[in-house]
Amino acid sequence: MTTVATPPRRFGATMRRDRWWVQPVLVVTSLTLFGVYTIIHAIVSKYYAITAGGAHLQSPMFSPDLPGIIQFHTSLPWAFLVLWAPLGLRSTCYYYRKSYYRSFFLAPPSCAVAGVARRKYTGETKFPLVLNNMHRVFFYFAVIVIGFLWYDAIRGLFYHGSFGIGVGNAIMFINVFCLSAFTFGCNSWRHLIGGKLNCFSCTPTAQTRHSAWKKVSILNGHHMQWAWISMFTVWGTDVYIWLVSSGAFSDPHHVF
Amino acid sequence: MSETAMAGGPRRLQIWRGDLTGGELVDYELETEPGMVVLDAVLEIQRSQAPDLAVRWNCKAAKCGSCSAEVNGRPRLMCKTRLDHLPADQPITVEPMRAFPPIRDLVTDVSWNYRVNKQITPFTARENLKPGVEINEKGEFLIDQADTDRMSEFRKCIECFMCQDVCHILRDHRMHNRYYGPRFMMRMASLDMHPLDGVDRLDQIADEGGIGLCNITKCCTEVCPEGIHITDNAIIPMKERIVDQRHDPLLKLLGRTPNKGRRKPPPRTETPEL
Ligand code: SF4
Ligand code: SF4
Ligand code: FES
Repeated sequence: MTTVATPPRRFGATMRRDRWWVQPVLVVTSLTLFGVYTIIHAIVSKYYAITAGGAHLQSPMFSPDLPGIIQFHTSLPWAFLVLWAPLGLRSTCYYYRKSYYRSFFLAPPSCAVAGVARRKYTGETKFPLVLNNMHRVFFYFAVIVIGFLWYDAIRGLFYHGSFGIGVGNAIMFINVFCLSAFTFGCNSWRHLIGGKLNCFSCTPTAQTRHSAWKKVSILNGHHMQWAWISMFTVWGTDVYIWLVSSGAFSDPHHVF
Repeated sequence: MSETAMAGGPRRLQIWRGDLTGGELVDYELETEPGMVVLDAVLEIQRSQAPDLAVRWNCKAAKCGSCSAEVNGRPRLMCKTRLDHLPADQPITVEPMRAFPPIRDLVTDVSWNYRVNKQITPFTARENLKPGVEINEKGEFLIDQADTDRMSEFRKCIECFMCQDVCHILRDHRMHNRYYGPRFMMRMASLDMHPLDGVDRLDQIADEGGIGLCNITKCCTEVCPEGIHITDNAIIPMKERIVDQRHDPLLKLLGRTPNKGRRKPPPRTETPEL
């Protein structure tokens, strides 16, 4: 076999022997399914809250609850008015960028595997991908949404005003916990909280920011894991709420 | 470790033989010992079958960064890659790094990296260092442990250039004149994070350095034999610093420019071509 000294530009060319394509396939499948599911439910715009028996368990895909909180009533799929923030955060997130550049853009599909030949590779220097630099703006809005999700989870503990607890509550709390772990492990947040400083020891504020930076760095080290876990908890929470609120089964809970 | 995992026995290696004008994979059979690494096998082939086989190595302890090659298609240090960790039922391919021109057989010309390195202004102390805090009476620099910790990770680099080799911008797109590559993004990050340094290299990181070309796909991090988190701890933090300077609408509104007081480096002398 004759080989050339520079790698062949044919897509997929590699000397790798392992099943490098498994990961891109899984990523494409799950991100596509999640995206399609989210859009469908937002368009359906029904079955997003469990309200039977005085409960109020709001789906994270429909939070903040615009119709409930500010009496914003419309027959249009209003969820898109809130979804852009968390979806924007995810689609500009450094981890998700890595995964879609690899799996959807095939640039590269996997390490040491040739990507699709492009006339000119520009990375993140040109429109639209240069807009990924706006990530921190989405982070700010996503933090507001996280605040509402904690509010939703706590509100869910009150059934007609009395304290209660059930499977739905547990799901809500697990979900908002995982979402917070994802959101506060954000690379932009890590930069803003302390990473941007050159001197961690110079001032008392810098020292405080340094210890915060170290904590965020721990979360950031598992950012990929939290990205996936929280995506599935959002998905699972929404499916649960859809099933219960459409009457498939009822949410087991106990009111004290 | 199980017995079979340690096992030696007959193995087949396919080693790339050739030079700039072309080359091919050549088959070699050899009897291996338990615990052998790829470099052992290659050197044994050189000793017993192919005395003219060119291979570069030095410490055999994963510390000098000389024996970088592509084993079964992945950039690896030959001295750190055990034969028993590679599928036993298949031949082992050993090729030179693909991002650099081959000199002969497994030896590549990595001098482009040194030319890139020369474009980076080395550490230059700030002018107004605080006596007793940042500099002592003997003229020695003083730095708090907290500030060195973050940079010391980057000091582990052994300059094996496998991160450069795997980076698709260099490897596939051959944009050696537009992107310095992860190893040098990291060097510049470590200088930019230095509390006593007085040079503003951010424009260089963004413009000649080409950090915007990096799409954070993390292959550099995946192959680094020193386990340096190149993407997360060097490249992304620098991307964020450039966002501060160039893209953040809020900071623009407030007129906040980071790296205030740092001097611009001297103009670069050349664009490093491969
Ligand atoms: S993360 Fe950036 S520098 Fe590292 S291999 Fe990928 S594109 Fe190259
Ligand atoms: S950063 Fe890691 S992979 Fe890159 S040259 Fe240094 S040791 Fe090698
Ligand atoms: S949310 Fe992933 S990097 Fe910001």
